[in-house]
Amino acid sequence: MGGLSVDLCGIRLDNPVIPASGTFGYGYEFAAYYDINVLGTFSFKGTTREPRFGNPTPRIAECTAGMINAVGLQNPGVDQVIREELPRLKQCFHKKVMANVSGFSLEDYAYTCEKLDREEQVGWLEVNISCPNVHGGGMSFGTSPDTAAAVVRAVKSVTKKPVIMKLSPNVTDIVAIAVACEKAGADGISLINTLLGMRIDIRTGKPVIANKMGGFSGPAVFPVALRMVYQVANAVSVPVIGMGGVASAEDVIEMMLAGATAVEVGTANLVDPAACLHIIRDLPAVMEKLHMDRLSDIIGGAARNG
Amino acid sequence: MKDGIYTIAENSLIAAGVYKLRLVGDVSEIRKPGQFINIRLPGFYLRRPLSVCDVDHGAGCVTVVYKVVGKGTQALSQLGTGETLQVLSGLGNGYDVSVAGDKPLLIGGGAGVPPLYFLAKTLKDMGKDVAVVLGFNTKDEVFLEKEFRALGCRVTVTTVDGSYGVKGFVTDALPAAYSCFYTCGPEPMLKAVWKTAQTGGQFSLEERMGCGFGACMGCSCRTKTGYKRICKEGPVFNKEEILWED
Repeated sequence: MGGLSVDLCGIRLDNPVIPASGTFGYGYEFAAYYDINVLGTFSFKGTTREPRFGNPTPRIAECTAGMINAVGLQNPGVDQVIREELPRLKQCFHKKVMANVSGFSLEDYAYTCEKLDREEQVGWLEVNISCPNVHGGGMSFGTSPDTAAAVVRAVKSVTKKPVIMKLSPNVTDIVAIAVACEKAGADGISLINTLLGMRIDIRTGKPVIANKMGGFSGPAVFPVALRMVYQVANAVSVPVIGMGGVASAEDVIEMMLAGATAVEVGTANLVDPAACLHIIRDLPAVMEKLHMDRLSDIIGGAARNG
Repeated sequence: MKDGIYTIAENSLIAAGVYKLRLVGDVSEIRKPGQFINIRLPGFYLRRPLSVCDVDHGAGCVTVVYKVVGKGTQALSQLGTGETLQVLSGLGNGYDVSVAGDKPLLIGGGAGVPPLYFLAKTLKDMGKDVAVVLGFNTKDEVFLEKEFRALGCRVTVTTVDGSYGVKGFVTDALPAAYSCFYTCGPEPMLKAVWKTAQTGGQFSLEERMGCGFGACMGCSCRTKTGYKRICKEGPVFNKEEILWED
C-alpha cells in the first residue's frame, strides 16, 4: 500500500482517492455500504453559515456520459454539521476529513471556516468559489482573480489548517485565478467544479431542471478537467487536486500524470456507490502493469515527459 | 442496499406501453412493499428507479412493472430473457403495514399501481380485508386487475374516458368506509386523494433522482417534519407530513 500514498499539504494520505463534495454526503450513507476508512479522505457536503434547502426540483437531468445537477448547496448549516454530522462521522471514519465550505459573502466564508477550524477531525478546508447553482454567491467569487484572492485572504486569516481553493471551469482563464489564489496564500487548488450546462425537454419545450441550468459532470467532462489540471499544475507550486469525470484507476493515474497530487471522484459515486472502493482496489494492478512503483513519483509526469 | 447482477427471466408487454420485468438475483435486501430498485442500463448514465411490484425470496426473484416514457425505458423494453442487468436493491423506506387497521384501502394511478400489488399481498397475508381502487386513462392501459382479484382484494377500476370500469378518477370510486389508505400515482391524483381521504394514510412520492440512495440530494422535498430525501427517508410519507408545493 506504500506505493499509493501521497502527501497533501503536509498530511499523509494512504492513497490519493477522495470522494468529492456533494456526492458523498457526510459519509455515513456510504459507511453503511463499505468501510470508508479505505479512502484517502473525503470532502464532505458543501457547508454554509445558515441551513439551506437549495433549489426547487427537478434538480437532476441525465446527459450522454454524465448528468446535470442543480441542488443548490442544500445543507443543514455549519452549526448543525458540527453538532450532529461530525460526531456521527467520527464513529465510522477515523482519518482527517476535508471540510467543503461555501458562502455568499467574505464574512460568510470566514465565519464558517473559523468554526470548522476548531474541529479536530477537519484536516483541510476546501473552499468552494465555484458553485454554479446559487445566485449572488458561490461561482461569482471564483470568476475573477481579485475576488478569488479576497476569499483566500478572508479564510486564511481565521484558520491554520491548509486551505484548498476549489475552482470553477466556467471562466476565461482558470490559470490566472489559480495563480491569484496561490499568491494570496492558498495551500492548494482543487479543480474542476461542474461545467454550467442545460437540457430542454423537447416534448414540453421547457428546461428539464427547475433552476433552468445546472452543473454538468461525469465521464464526459474528463478531458476538459484533465486539460485544466495540466495547465494549473504547471503554473502553481502548491498541490493540485484533480477532479472531473474520474471513474477508474486509469483515470486517477492520468490525472496525476497531468499534475494532480490527489484525485477527487464525484459523480461516479452516484451511479456506483462502491466506485471509490473499486478504484482503490484496482490501483495496484494498474500501477504494476504500467511499471509504476510509487504514485507520488508520477505527479506531473506528462509535463516532464513531453 | 445491495448492488448485484440480475438475469432477466421475463420482460413482456402487459398493457399499452406497460411491461412486466422479472429479474432473478439476490433479493435479500428487499424487505418492505413500497421499496424500489435502481437499474443500470447499457448506454445510459443514470440508473432507472422502479418500484418493487412483487418479490419471491424463496425463488430469488423480483418483479417490476414499468411504463415506457423515454429512451431509457424504451431501451429496457428491448432487452430479452437471459440478458443481465446491474441492479441496486433494497432502496427507500417502504409502506408501514402496522398502521393498516382491518380494512385498508389501496389507491393506485397508472404507473403508480405496481408497488401496491406487493403491499396488497403483504396485507392479505396479515388477514386484512383489502379494497383496491385502480385508475387508468383508458381500457388498453389497465393492468394487474386480475392479479389483485386473485389475491382476494375487492377491486374497482376507473378510466378517465369511461372505456372500462367506472368513468372518472379514483376519487370518484372510493369506498364509503376504510381503516387507512395507501396510495401511489401521479401528483394530481395524490393531491386529490389527500383532499378527499377520510382517514390517515401513506403516500409514495416520486421525483427525478440522481443516485437513489441518499447521497446527491437531487430528490429533496420539504415536509412538515423538515427536509426529506424522497429516495432515502421516502418514498413513502405519512399524510400529516406532506407539504404540497405548487
